[in-house]
Amino acid sequence: MIMDFQVVVLAGGVSKKLLPLVSKEIPNALLPVANRPVISYVLELLELSNLKDLIVVVEGEDAALHVGGWISAAYADRLHVEVAAVPEDVGTAGAIRAIAHHLTAKDILVVSGDLVSDVPLGAVAATHRRHDAVVTAMLCSAPVSGPSESGSSGGKDKTKKPGRYNLIGLDPTQQFLLHIATGAEVEKDLRVQKSILRAAGQIEIRADLMDAHLYAFKRSVLQEVLDQKGTFHSLKHDVLPYLVRSQLKSEALLNGISQVEENGTEKIIAQSSQQMLSQILANASEQTFHQRYVLGPNGTSFRKTHKCCVYIAGSNKYCARLNSIQAYSDINRDVIGEANHLSGYSFSAHNNIIHPSAELGAKTTVGPHCMLGEGSQMGDKCSVKRSVIGRHCRIGANVKVVNSVVMNHVTIGDCCSIQGSVICSNVQLQERAVLKDCQVGAGFVVAAGSECKGEILAKK
Amino acid sequence: MDTRRTPRAVIDPKVRKVGFFAPPEPSQSGLPDPIPLPSSSLSPVMIPPPRHSSENLLHHARPPASVVSGASSVSIEGSVVAGGSYGSSSELFPAPMSPASSSYSSSRFVGGGDGDYCLNGVAVASPGRGGGKAAASFPRGGFELTEAKASSVPASELTTVSVVNDSSLGIRERDKADNGRGSALEMKDQTANSKQKKDKTTKAERRALQEAQRAAKAAAKAEGNKASGNVTSGNAKPAKATKPPQKYEHGSLLPDLEAKFFQLDTVHPAVYKAGLQYLSGNIYGSNARCIAMLQAFQDAIRDYRVPPEKTLVRDLTAKISSYVSFLIECRPLSISMGNAIKFLKTRIAKLPLTLSESESKASLHSDIERFINEKIILADKVIVKHAVTKIRDGDVLLTYGLSSAVEMLLLHAHDLGKQFRVIIVDSRPQLRGKILLRRLVEKGLSCTYTQINALSYIMHEVTRVFLGASSILSNGTVYSGVGTACVAMIAHSFRVPVLVCCEAYKFNERVQLDSICSNELGDPEVISKVLGREDVNYLDGWANTENLQLLNLVYDATPSDYISMIVTDYGMVPPTSVPVIEKEEEEDLTSHHHRRQTGTHKTGNGGDDRVLAPPVEDEEEDDVVATKQRRRPRSDFSYGCTKKKTRWLDGDDAVALGGGGTVAMSWREEERKKDD
Repeated sequence: MIMDFQVVVLAGGVSKKLLPLVSKEIPNALLPVANRPVISYVLELLELSNLKDLIVVVEGEDAALHVGGWISAAYADRLHVEVAAVPEDVGTAGAIRAIAHHLTAKDILVVSGDLVSDVPLGAVAATHRRHDAVVTAMLCSAPVSGPSESGSSGGKDKTKKPGRYNLIGLDPTQQFLLHIATGAEVEKDLRVQKSILRAAGQIEIRADLMDAHLYAFKRSVLQEVLDQKGTFHSLKHDVLPYLVRSQLKSEALLNGISQVEENGTEKIIAQSSQQMLSQILANASEQTFHQRYVLGPNGTSFRKTHKCCVYIAGSNKYCARLNSIQAYSDINRDVIGEANHLSGYSFSAHNNIIHPSAELGAKTTVGPHCMLGEGSQMGDKCSVKRSVIGRHCRIGANVKVVNSVVMNHVTIGDCCSIQGSVICSNVQLQERAVLKDCQVGAGFVVAAGSECKGEILAKK
Repeated sequence: MDTRRTPRAVIDPKVRKVGFFAPPEPSQSGLPDPIPLPSSSLSPVMIPPPRHSSENLLHHARPPASVVSGASSVSIEGSVVAGGSYGSSSELFPAPMSPASSSYSSSRFVGGGDGDYCLNGVAVASPGRGGGKAAASFPRGGFELTEAKASSVPASELTTVSVVNDSSLGIRERDKADNGRGSALEMKDQTANSKQKKDKTTKAERRALQEAQRAAKAAAKAEGNKASGNVTSGNAKPAKATKPPQKYEHGSLLPDLEAKFFQLDTVHPAVYKAGLQYLSGNIYGSNARCIAMLQAFQDAIRDYRVPPEKTLVRDLTAKISSYVSFLIECRPLSISMGNAIKFLKTRIAKLPLTLSESESKASLHSDIERFINEKIILADKVIVKHAVTKIRDGDVLLTYGLSSAVEMLLLHAHDLGKQFRVIIVDSRPQLRGKILLRRLVEKGLSCTYTQINALSYIMHEVTRVFLGASSILSNGTVYSGVGTACVAMIAHSFRVPVLVCCEAYKFNERVQLDSICSNELGDPEVISKVLGREDVNYLDGWANTENLQLLNLVYDATPSDYISMIVTDYGMVPPTSVPVIEKEEEEDLTSHHHRRQTGTHKTGNGGDDRVLAPPVEDEEEDDVVATKQRRRPRSDFSYGCTKKKTRWLDGDDAVALGGGGTVAMSWREEERKKDD
């Protein structure tokens, strides 16, 4: 428990959004990104931050078994990981509820297992500590729609996208979270609480920020909220907005107030000096709008407040969540492309990674920002551009792979063309198959000569 | 003018060249290099390094400090610097042992072979079918089987899937993987070896050694970074080493330090929090900073466990020292904090060996508690009680910036129903006067707010100036927020009495004749930018300009000549009496059994009148008695002070002076009275 922080990684289970890529055997957390399970990015980030005691919460026992098995194989004697299985569909809040009795530290760092980022976690934690906040959320700039959207994934996502706004209200110093509304809540109108607006004076509404699902919570408050509000399902959609909403009329017994009550038994002199002490400290610390609000216009009223902070990741940091198929393609491309320091591989002079054991046929070209896994074989005259190809794939002659992800043990016949697609493990593509913007589930066999565009192909 | 007053040449405000100076080397101990310049009669002054950024310790290979030519360096004429700068008061903050021990990351590299660890059996098992059963089968299932109450979700058990046996292992393995890092590791071992040799070497040799090691380490580190590609760039800054030594690093320090949050696990979270708050400016004002620090130390001591085969006294002192050096890295200590640390260390050192660990901790805890209560809170109350007698109806009071004592004074006077007006003078960049203004206006005081440029105009109507202080040095110099000297001087020229409110624990024995020889450098960024005026951007990108140096001093020193009176918890004294108070305070803080209760101080006559005064050559008046034989009174500031005799258990016959009593006012004040 370094710095009195405990880390909970919410690895999820088998997400419907990611079908057909995920399955019982490959839950969300183990989905390969550049031939490494996505959870390894989070674990590595945590390890880099010297956080070695982790609790990984997985939805579903099978999934937990797989995730636990993988972590123990890969991180034995590097990390001290404990895996907890929770029933499916309990939501993120439910997951925390289920392990609440294991949480003892002062603050809890909750990280989503599908986060791919290089933001220093310490900075989030430090911001949280510095402000003595109830919750600190990490925000990062939302992926710019446009270039990333072109060339991949079906039209289904596109129609969804405009509705999925994240409206985030910040105070002028960009340190505090004043408003948060996500997805469905946003309709035509934006409702902002008057009291918060009045206290802060000014709210900056941002739509270009994304909640990275990395939170630091004060444990006591988190547990209290989860206990009291049994209906809360999700940290992001229920708990965080609740804390933000109630920041000026805090119901949870929070900062300092409980302390004063505890000290009530002591002598009166001690208490008065205690008050003076806190007065001195409060007077000499930077006034946030919370404190000004507590004082009120007359300086007498005593209201309870708590702080909801944000840490905004710098624009030079990479931060993405693997929560959709679109995001999966994007992240794969970024990890071997512009954010290649995340992949942990060293790139060749051609800016790609070809495993020494991979075999390339004559006149086969592997372009920059590509990755070719261990033991894969490619026939003659193939061309691979901006794609990831997994381990032990057998690729015939004259195959084009562009902007795609091909997982392990995939067999691709001659003259196939794959563009903007995701091919899961053990798929067999027979000759002359043409795939554009498709997702092919594990073990599927694509018949010879078939042409697909924007389809989901999976075993029934 | 009072003729009895011996004519004393008022020291002219010193005009000095404030030019360019070489960035001081980030020495471990913070000792300014005493390199004399033979050719020039002017002694170059090194402003102590603003901060030892950990970046410096880890990455920077700086050349040994070279002082640029005498003409361009900051010069002072005949200044006496006693005591030294923040970092150099080594009895307060002993220098860290060696680079290896002070660089945070290195502590993880434990020497020894690879085979000295054994893996715990890695338990992989099916995650809890029936909760309790699963837990029982795991050796590490140390969690209680408490059911999560009021939740629809069944509590789930944790399954340990991987275990770290040796916390250093992970890092070490990774380091082994790439050669560059490996060499860094060796370098660290080397440093560790040299640690044993260290004792025999002289100071100079040690410094040279440190320098060499740091350079080597930085080189190795740079190599390592290159070798490992971009993998580590998440929190390391590879480009840093190639940059020229920066003039100032405050801007980049906060993100750096924040990013290292979990790496610095040797620092207690409470101390870390305090440090971050200093760094980000969330806490300011020497009282508040001191209280925050002491409370952090309280927390740290509460959580402290004596490691096996160590003694509490030594180990805790070292621990506190490491915390202090962390705090210095965040922001240089204020003198009040230095005094508080000194107090704490004395208390630790004087802990009876017979006490058990918990008793010792409880004793220290209550010592700190008492320090805060007596030296700060009660002291402020006493100060307010004294100073409020100097506020009369119809007064126009002027204050500068934000001082907690002055604020309390003004509010108290207002509560007493005194009719007065307050002029708050403020200055960029901190504009803390606004904070004071806000609070005073809220309480219904009538205020005028102005900037320091308008001081000479507004001073006409002022009847008294109340100032706060960060410290008072033993020659009576008031060390306070920058601009204070200016206010005091203008008030002096307008013959307005200047009263400084300062708690006695902030007094310091050192002597400082001007502001430049020891000061804190603020972030130059803030003076180059004007809040809310985007168009004032003439200085943007100044950091790249070779021949520009922005100087943002945080403190300045006001010569005692401009101070009429210092209000302390010992009473009101002229600046010339500071050494006496300072001595009393020193004895009080370091005495074994200190029994002084500031709270018991009574105003009024509690005993025979005594006078505190510093040794002064001329002795004219007979009605003054020195507290101690060697101290001679000064005539023109005669005043009575009630004395309260206290029993000192160690037999010291020192006299603790009660606060209050009648206090003769400065001549100017008397003059005013006559006018009235």
